[in-house]
Amino acid sequence: MTDMRMAAGVGLAVLIALPLLLPSYFLHIVIQVLLLGLIYTAWGFMGRFGLVSLGHGAFMGVGAYTSSLLWNLYGVTPWLGIPAGMALAVVLAMVIGYPCFHLRIVGHYFALVTLALGQVVALLIIAGRDITGGSLGMTPNAVGTSWIALQFQDRTQFYFVALALWLAVLGIRAWASRGMRRAALEAIGEDETAAEAAGINVLREKLRVFAISAAITAAGGSVFAQYIMYLNPETVSGVGISLQIVFAAIAGGMYSALGPTVGALLTLTLTESLRVLFGTSFIGAANTIYGILLILFIIFMPRGILGVVERLLELRPRPQAAPAE
Amino acid sequence: MDLYLLEAILNGIMLGGLLALLALGLNLIFGVIDVVWICYAELVMAGMYAIYWLHAVYAWPFLLACVVAIALVALFGLVLHRLIIEPILGSAPINQLLATGGMLFFLQSLATLLFGTDFRNVGIRLPIIELGDIDLSFARLLAFITALVGAAGLYLFLARTYLGTAIRAIAQDREIMGLMGVDQRRIYLITSAIGGGLAGLAACLLVLQYDVHPFIGLTFGPITFMICVLGGLGNMFGGVVAAFVMSQIISIVGYYFSVEISYVLAFVLFIVLILVRPRGILAR
Repeated sequence: MTDMRMAAGVGLAVLIALPLLLPSYFLHIVIQVLLLGLIYTAWGFMGRFGLVSLGHGAFMGVGAYTSSLLWNLYGVTPWLGIPAGMALAVVLAMVIGYPCFHLRIVGHYFALVTLALGQVVALLIIAGRDITGGSLGMTPNAVGTSWIALQFQDRTQFYFVALALWLAVLGIRAWASRGMRRAALEAIGEDETAAEAAGINVLREKLRVFAISAAITAAGGSVFAQYIMYLNPETVSGVGISLQIVFAAIAGGMYSALGPTVGALLTLTLTESLRVLFGTSFIGAANTIYGILLILFIIFMPRGILGVVERLLELRPRPQAAPAE
Repeated sequence: MDLYLLEAILNGIMLGGLLALLALGLNLIFGVIDVVWICYAELVMAGMYAIYWLHAVYAWPFLLACVVAIALVALFGLVLHRLIIEPILGSAPINQLLATGGMLFFLQSLATLLFGTDFRNVGIRLPIIELGDIDLSFARLLAFITALVGAAGLYLFLARTYLGTAIRAIAQDREIMGLMGVDQRRIYLITSAIGGGLAGLAACLLVLQYDVHPFIGLTFGPITFMICVLGGLGNMFGGVVAAFVMSQIISIVGYYFSVEISYVLAFVLFIVLILVRPRGILAR
C-alpha cells in the first residue's frame, strides 16, 4: 500500500509540474486527455457493473448545451450553468433508469434504450436550430480570461481546472465504490437475482451509479465545450461520440481506476499522430484503427490495457513479504 | 381528407416495407444466434457502395450489380460471424454487441478513407407515378414490393425447407438441437450469410432512393434496432408490424412538424413502449 501511495504522490507532483515541462501544444493534448478521461471514467463507473450505456453522448450534450445556452442567452455563469446541466442529466438518467431497472431491462436491451436516448438528445439539439445552431453548432460568447465565465486565454490555468476536476472524479469513483458498496455492486453485475436475495437494494444501487455517472459526464461535457469553445451535436452528442466513449473506456480498461484515462491518452495520441503524420487527407484513418482495436480488445483482452498490466503485476512474485498492517 | 396527408400515409406505408426488410435480417440474426449486429446498417452501406461502383463507375447492368452486391454482403456476414462473433460466443451478449460496434467504426471510417465524405448517386432516375393528384415515387413502390417479396421468401424458406426448419429449431433450443444431429456452427454461419444477404437486398433498394455516403448507416441503424426491439427481438412478424407503426409515425409527424421531431417522437415512443412492453408490442 505504501508503494501505491508513493507512486501516487510522485505522479501527482509530475502532473502539477507538467505545465512547466510541456510545450503548449502538448499541454493542449493533456487537457483533452484529462477532460475526456474523466468522462470515460464516468462511463466505466457504470460499465464495469454490466450497465453498458450506448447513449452517454446524451449526458455530455445536455451538460454542454445547458451551460453554454444559459451563458449565451442569459449571461448565467458556467459556475451555475454546469450544476444546472448536471441536474438535468441526473433527471434524464432517472427518467430512463428508474423504469429500466425496475423492469429489469438489462444487457443489450438497456444498451439499445440508451442508444435511443442519445438519438433523442442529438435530434432535439438539431431540431432546436433556432437557439442551438442545429448541425452547424454554436460557440460560447468569448470574454477573454475570466474566472466567472470559466474562460482562460492561458492554457496553464485551464490545465489546473481540468486536473482538479479529473482528480475529483477519481476521488468520487473511489469513494462511491468502497468496501461493502463495491461488493454489492459487483454482486449486481454478476447476478441480480442473487444480489437481491442477499439483501441488496438492486434498484437503488443501480440508480445511484447511473446518476453519478450521468452527472459527471454532463460536467465533463460542459467543461470540454468550455475549453474547445465550440459545440456541435456530432461532437458532444449522438451515436459517434457515445461509441467513442465506450471504445476508449474498454480499451484502457474500465475495471481499473486509471484505465479510461489511459484509453483517452491512447485514442487522442493516435488521432493526433495520424493527423500530424498524414494531414487531414487521411481523415477517418484513426477510426478505422479504433474499430479494429475495439474488436481485438473485446476478443483478446476484455479487461483493457491497464487490466492486463495489473494482472501481470499481480502475477509477478513479490520481492518481499508485505508488512502486516 | 387532406391529399398531402394521404400522400404522407402512403409514403409511410412504403417506408415501412423498407424498414421491415431492414429489421428482418437483424431479427433473424438475433433470433437464431442471440447476437445484435450493431453494424447492420453499415453492411447495408457497404452493399450500396458496391452497387455504386459496379453500376455507376464500371457500368455493369444494375441487376447484375445488385446480385453481386447481395452475394458480397452475404459473404461479409459469414466472415463477420466466423472471425468476430464465433470467438466470443461464450462471453456476455453485450461483448458481442460491442465487438460489432468496432466493426461499425471500422466500416464507417474505411468508407470515409476510401471514398471521402461525398454523397454519391447511382444515377438511376425512376419515374413518378401519378395517381390522380397523388404523386408516388416508383422507386419507393419497387422497394415496398421487393421488401414484401423478400419477407415472403424468407418465410417460405424458414417454414418449408429442411434447413429453414433446422434454423427455427435451433432458435428455440440450442442444446437439444445439437443432440438431434444439427450442426449448430454450420447453422450459425448460414444464418449470418442470409442476414448479410438481406442487408444486401436492402442496399439494392436504398441505393435507388438515397445517395450513398459513409454515415448513411447512422440514418437507418438506430431506427432499425428500435423496430426489432419493439417487435420483440427475434420475432419477425412483430418486427414487420413495428416497422409499419414507426414508419407511419415518422411520415405523419414529419408531415405536420419536421423530420427531426418525427424521429424524436419515434425514439421517445420506443423508450416508452420498451418500458411498458419489454418483450415487444405483440407479446402476450
